Amino acid sequence: MTTTTTPPDRLVIAGVELSSRLFLGTGGLPQVALVEPVLAAAAPGLVTVSMRRTSSMAEGGLLAALRAAGVRLLPNTAGCLSAREAVLTAELAREALGTDWVKLEVIGDETSLMPDVVELLDAAADLVRRGFTVLPYTTDDPVVARRLADAGCAAVMPLGSPIGSGLGVLNPHAIEAVRAAVPVPVVLDAGVGTASDAALAMELGCDAVLAATAVTRADDPVAMARALRLGVEAGRTAYGAGRVPRRAVARASSPMAGRVG
Amino acid sequence: MTDPHPGTAITITCNGEPTAVTGGSVADLLTARLDDPRPHGIAVAVGGEVVPRDEWPGRRLADGDVVEIVTAVQGG
Repeated sequence: MTTTTTPPDRLVIAGVELSSRLFLGTGGLPQVALVEPVLAAAAPGLVTVSMRRTSSMAEGGLLAALRAAGVRLLPNTAGCLSAREAVLTAELAREALGTDWVKLEVIGDETSLMPDVVELLDAAADLVRRGFTVLPYTTDDPVVARRLADAGCAAVMPLGSPIGSGLGVLNPHAIEAVRAAVPVPVVLDAGVGTASDAALAMELGCDAVLAATAVTRADDPVAMARALRLGVEAGRTAYGAGRVPRRAVARASSPMAGRVG
Repeated sequence: MTDPHPGTAITITCNGEPTAVTGGSVADLLTARLDDPRPHGIAVAVGGEVVPRDEWPGRRLADGDVVEIVTAVQGG
């Protein structure tokens, strides 16, 4: 019997090793008091926040809770409709939070929330030039993903289905194609509704999953945070284990020889 | 905090709203709005350019300036 040693299954983005393949969005949590138990249950590798105008320091409770938990923050540019807005929002986030990592979102309209990939590519190239570590939220198009990677993005984050829809991974083949198209980590972003969606994304070869609504708007956000952590772990393990090929006909797993009668 | 170089009354756009201020610096504006000249977790842009924290006391506002004051909130 030979002993094989499995190399550690590390997730490294832009030279930084992250502690988990589950990333968590905080948007939609009904109360800041849930931040601590949700983070404890999810143990996320990155936690996203948005940048918004403020008129009082009362909103500071979220940041304090995240700082106390010691999580790595990933500010987003959610809601930006142009490269110009997204770049300014990223610059503001870098100044406010002291991180040059950014989840780059440039949406095409406020109904579908689909990425505007033309503006996205512009913004990504600009932010890379400005020294940011850019993780763009994008479509499940492998050509766009490759363009983003070529522009210097540290990862690509294709959507499984529309933001907040909970429809899961609607086009598994496209996600596999994105994974095959780029040399950088692929993070499934948007559409995760429950643990099996996260597991499927990982089985398809994604390097991580980002979920927000699935956790924050679940009946029990803490329990769903744990479920997604386990789903990501299960999916990643299954991906490494190598699934059996699909077959159109049955194949007995019990021996046919020696049957009674 | 008093402005050592009080200017005439000017109107800026702060977070999308027309706002009357009496000259002063970015730090003075933050004191007026947030009770703190150097609040943590805050970033400020004037005219679409970020003003670094160290420059808040020295950066004077001018009539017509468009100012954004932002912080981190919940988001996906």
